[in-house]
Amino acid sequence: MSVIAPNFKLSEFIKSLLDNVFWIILILVLIGLPAVFMILFVIELPVIDGELLTPFLALTWMADPSRILPVVQAFMATDIFRVMAFPGFGFAALLAAATIFVERKMLAKLQLRVGPFYCGKFEGILQLMGDGLKLISKEIIIPAKADKPIFWAAPVLFVATAAAFVAFIPVAPGWVVADVEMGLLGVFAVIGFFPIITILSAWSANSKFPFIGGIRALFQMVSFEIPLILSLLGAVMLTGSLNLSEIAASQSSFPWIVFLPIGAIVFFITMLAELERIPFDLPEAESEIVAGWLTELSGMMYGLVQLGTYLKLYAFAGLFVVIFLGGWNGPMVVPPFPEELLTKGIEMGPIVAGPFPGLPLFDQEMLNGALWFVLKTVAVIFFILLPRGVFPRIRVDMLLNLGWTKLIGLAFVNIFIALGLLYAGVLGPGGLQ
Amino acid sequence: MTFTLPPGLALQKVDERIMTLNVGPQHPGSGHMRIIVQIDGDYIVACDPDPGYVHRGEEKMAEYRNYITNIPHLERPVIHDSCNVLYPYVLGAEELLGIEVPERAKYVRVIASELNRCIYIMYWLAIYGIFLGHSTMFMWPAGDRELLIDLMEKMTGARVTHAHFVPGGVRNDLPPNFEDVCLRQVNYFEKRIKEYAAVFYDNPILISRTQDTGVLSREDAIRYGTTGSVLRASGVDYDLRVKEPYDVYDELDVHTNVMKEGDSYARSRIPWLDMIESCNIIRQALQKMPKSGSVRVKLKPNPKTKGLESVYKRVESGRGSLGCYIVSDAKTEPYRVKLSVPSFRNLIALPNLLRGEKLGNMPSVYWSLNYWPVEADR
Repeated sequence: MSVIAPNFKLSEFIKSLLDNVFWIILILVLIGLPAVFMILFVIELPVIDGELLTPFLALTWMADPSRILPVVQAFMATDIFRVMAFPGFGFAALLAAATIFVERKMLAKLQLRVGPFYCGKFEGILQLMGDGLKLISKEIIIPAKADKPIFWAAPVLFVATAAAFVAFIPVAPGWVVADVEMGLLGVFAVIGFFPIITILSAWSANSKFPFIGGIRALFQMVSFEIPLILSLLGAVMLTGSLNLSEIAASQSSFPWIVFLPIGAIVFFITMLAELERIPFDLPEAESEIVAGWLTELSGMMYGLVQLGTYLKLYAFAGLFVVIFLGGWNGPMVVPPFPEELLTKGIEMGPIVAGPFPGLPLFDQEMLNGALWFVLKTVAVIFFILLPRGVFPRIRVDMLLNLGWTKLIGLAFVNIFIALGLLYAGVLGPGGLQ
Repeated sequence: MTFTLPPGLALQKVDERIMTLNVGPQHPGSGHMRIIVQIDGDYIVACDPDPGYVHRGEEKMAEYRNYITNIPHLERPVIHDSCNVLYPYVLGAEELLGIEVPERAKYVRVIASELNRCIYIMYWLAIYGIFLGHSTMFMWPAGDRELLIDLMEKMTGARVTHAHFVPGGVRNDLPPNFEDVCLRQVNYFEKRIKEYAAVFYDNPILISRTQDTGVLSREDAIRYGTTGSVLRASGVDYDLRVKEPYDVYDELDVHTNVMKEGDSYARSRIPWLDMIESCNIIRQALQKMPKSGSVRVKLKPNPKTKGLESVYKRVESGRGSLGCYIVSDAKTEPYRVKLSVPSFRNLIALPNLLRGEKLGNMPSVYWSLNYWPVEADR
């Protein structure tokens, strides 16, 4: 019987348990309690709901979970929450992870196969987690003559830049990490960092295929940045502001894509090129240059670059939504918050839970805005993913020809349309909006 | 620091602008071979294909085995096209041993050969798709290939390496009800491959990428000795099934697909047209085949040839004309077996096609030559 633990003795088991309890109590008393008192003495704690927030309140939260609501609200008002969780990194990373999974399943359905299937009980839902664990546990190999500091820094810089790009995207009215007046210029500035990081990573690897891939990425990003910037100027003219929140708010009656379809198309194509997605995945063309500028990256360095790529994908899709599809604007579909939760609570037979004065955590406007933003973003991401199943890769000369002649010309056409609309008085003061 | 080279050696002078890339043998875009490419910016200035990584000595092995036991290993060079690789050897051995093959066996061979041609071309097309970055074109042919592989499994008992052709006919008769299943599967297969036009062959990006790249003129195609789809894409009407019909191809109506352009696009389109033509041939063969009869002439164990004589037979395989030269000296084993393979002949054109092209065209031009590295090395 005792196959699993042949030398099992109950007395030793109890003794080990008691040992653990002893050490936990000892460490808690000798280190934990002094630490709590140090916090209480040194740090000025906020007063929430008439009560000083002390670590000891945690024990009362166990008795009544609704008392945690003011603390959560206080935390949600801080900058760290915005940066780390909701409109910032956490939310974007969650959407990026969902994007990777949806991309793999959708492409599989398109190609008459199953896609991720075994990891996790349902349709391979845990595949991404498995891939992440694999990447973390892999050895990082660095080429012998690589420029090590730059080679190490490049993936981290890539993710950091992508996260900085995410910070500019307003998700709901008032919900944006960096609400700056020159928001769009900030976006262009951040996008301008990607080619530099790419060429640094490619060059520091001291290998031929990454070098060619880096040069290609540089060509591609630099030549497509100009039509990218020009295609967004039409919306800026109509709005009269560079602030992304204001651009989104100005489209409350109709989105700019109605008036500027050419600009939207140009921006979509340049977006595909900036994201290095098929048909513009020349920097990673595997049959020509192995994996392009990612060839020498291994383990979690590669994982970081992939994370950055998908953060960038989300941020570009969000930018498209904010500028052309009306951002968070949409019909009100979220029901209003039930007021009796604040006053009476929930009656469940003899038990009454509540009332919950801390609620609601998010107001109705914000929930509705975030819902519409996410729906539109997911739709745009779907259209970004779709060409991968349909198109082959194009060539460098075709790419540069497209970027420098056709797209820039179309972007100028778009600008003149916007100017015409302004001067004709269709839009702007006295016009429709 | 200076050093003196041994006498007779000299350092190669390389321009500073030229970068030498070793594409392969460990490269996703090379197969089991190496292409040494010298590039100036994005342009290829010189290209040196370097096959030989999968040489297995098939021809030498054939000298130590008798005429029957040579069969399973001689189909290894192209396992996806195993019936066609074996075909010239079997035809030659039959002539040396003086065997007359039954009529039904000839039709079964034609059906198996055409099915195998489609299986090979589907595999080739899948890799052509992924070389161009078109992942759907990788998965669709790889999946639709299963239809025909299932048919071959019903017919021969093996999915890929069939070893079905033997001197004297084929190994087994067709299973019952095979004709109906085959007709149904082949009709569905033809409908399915015609759908590829919408996603691949009529795709504007594919056309703009492969048209006018790696142009092989009619004269050059003949001069280099290319064969098969490469030759037909350059405007030469050359198909051994029509020009030198073997078995029962003279009784069937075979149409040769010819395109005049000679570029990568034409070279990739000809095999696809060949598959549709193969479906026609299979339907004709199923109709004209004798419904019953023997499919194999029983041989004695260890059959011997009559005396010192040689024979050269060639067939149209999935890649082009594949020849087999057998010399016998009145023993149970052949004295010499020499395969003249289409892959190696098509590869000869590669350096001339790639010179002056852009690096992005390398995979599409290379794989459009209908080249199978293992067959070239054999």
